[in-house]
Amino acid sequence: MTALPMRRAHVPFRVVAPVVVVGWLAAWFVNLPLANWAAYDLLGLEQGSHVGDAVAFFLLDVPKVLLLLLGIMTVVSFLRSYFPPERMRAALAGRGTLPATVGAAAFGVVTPFCSCSAVPLFIGFVEAGIPLGVTFAFLISSPMVNEVALVLLWGLFGPGIALLYMAAGLAVAIVGGLVLGRLPLEKWIEPWVLAVRAGGGATSLDLRLSVEQRLRDAWTSTKDLVRRVLVYVIIGIGIGAFIHGFVPTELVAQIGGRDNPFAVPIVVAIAIPLYSNAAGTIPIVEALLGKGMPLGTTLAFMMAIVAISLPEFVILRRVMKLRLITVFATVVVAGILAVGFLFNALGL
Amino acid sequence: MKIIEVLGPGCNNCKRLETVAREAVAMAGVEAEIRKVTDYGEILAHGVMSTPGLVIDGKVVSVGRIPSAGDIAAWLTE
Repeated sequence: MTALPMRRAHVPFRVVAPVVVVGWLAAWFVNLPLANWAAYDLLGLEQGSHVGDAVAFFLLDVPKVLLLLLGIMTVVSFLRSYFPPERMRAALAGRGTLPATVGAAAFGVVTPFCSCSAVPLFIGFVEAGIPLGVTFAFLISSPMVNEVALVLLWGLFGPGIALLYMAAGLAVAIVGGLVLGRLPLEKWIEPWVLAVRAGGGATSLDLRLSVEQRLRDAWTSTKDLVRRVLVYVIIGIGIGAFIHGFVPTELVAQIGGRDNPFAVPIVVAIAIPLYSNAAGTIPIVEALLGKGMPLGTTLAFMMAIVAISLPEFVILRRVMKLRLITVFATVVVAGILAVGFLFNALGL
Repeated sequence: MKIIEVLGPGCNNCKRLETVAREAVAMAGVEAEIRKVTDYGEILAHGVMSTPGLVIDGKVVSVGRIPSAGDIAAWLTE
């Protein structure tokens, strides 16, 4: 177990990096012709037939999503290692409500964060005197404008939708943070949190890491992530492929369409229990969007999947009373519904 | 005898860090006691905001990441 990573670490990065980049690009570009060849020539399926289209979609999307996750996630995790929570806390402490809230939402995009760090981060913020609304802005934007979602949206739908999603997510986080900051919520923090006194030990700002260490960390965490979500990705793409090949466009347009006022709330309700399956859900979303599901409904679905996480609420329960979590969740859901309705109304 | 503390509420990364720390102890050939610190107050008392954190003899050596067994072994023999 130990010998292998040790030996690998000795291969110089200068050699590994270009090989990996070239290999990734080659795989990316052969993916489409290869998937089409496999579906239509190798398996002899008819182009335009239900089964043929579904199989081609599946064969195209599985490698594509995996390549995106492995490649881009490594780069993103590497870049994110330069924005630890301590840096954010130092940047936000003592600022006015509006700049701090906007800043916290923006840090949510770049600061590495997993829900198991939610509690220490929350306490660290409270302890530094950062207003609750600012902390909430971060807690909303961090999972919502999440790197997995952004990378997949960019790769599967192009930069337009990815950036639109990011803008809408930041807007929900900023408005949500400002609204929550206006409410008298401090009394619903568990009392022991206020008693914690943080020590002045070394923080990640003092522990300098080399570029190679950061890259290695990024690769390790990406591998972990991919291993964890692989099953969901394949199931998700399978469902997406089925929708792509077999579900008639009229049906999707009719149910999810702009004329159905319940479409947005329904997809949000469906999305809430789907947390941790963001990677698996986007291929389904891809197929639905391709079948004419309007953008507002689609964005609301995506956001609700990643932003409303029951496991995270359970963790936050350690530091917040149930009422506070309920208020927090209500504001987030309201924001997501607003985004869905707004984009549908704009007819995008 | 070194005291190694693994700071974290018990998520996957914290468990993995503990495993790696054990490997590192074997690799470095030092005597060490590994303690798991799951209490949030105690984690914060070390000034650690992103888990998992690693503390050797009271000094924070790593925060929010899983260092390699080689790195930890080097810190142990420093």
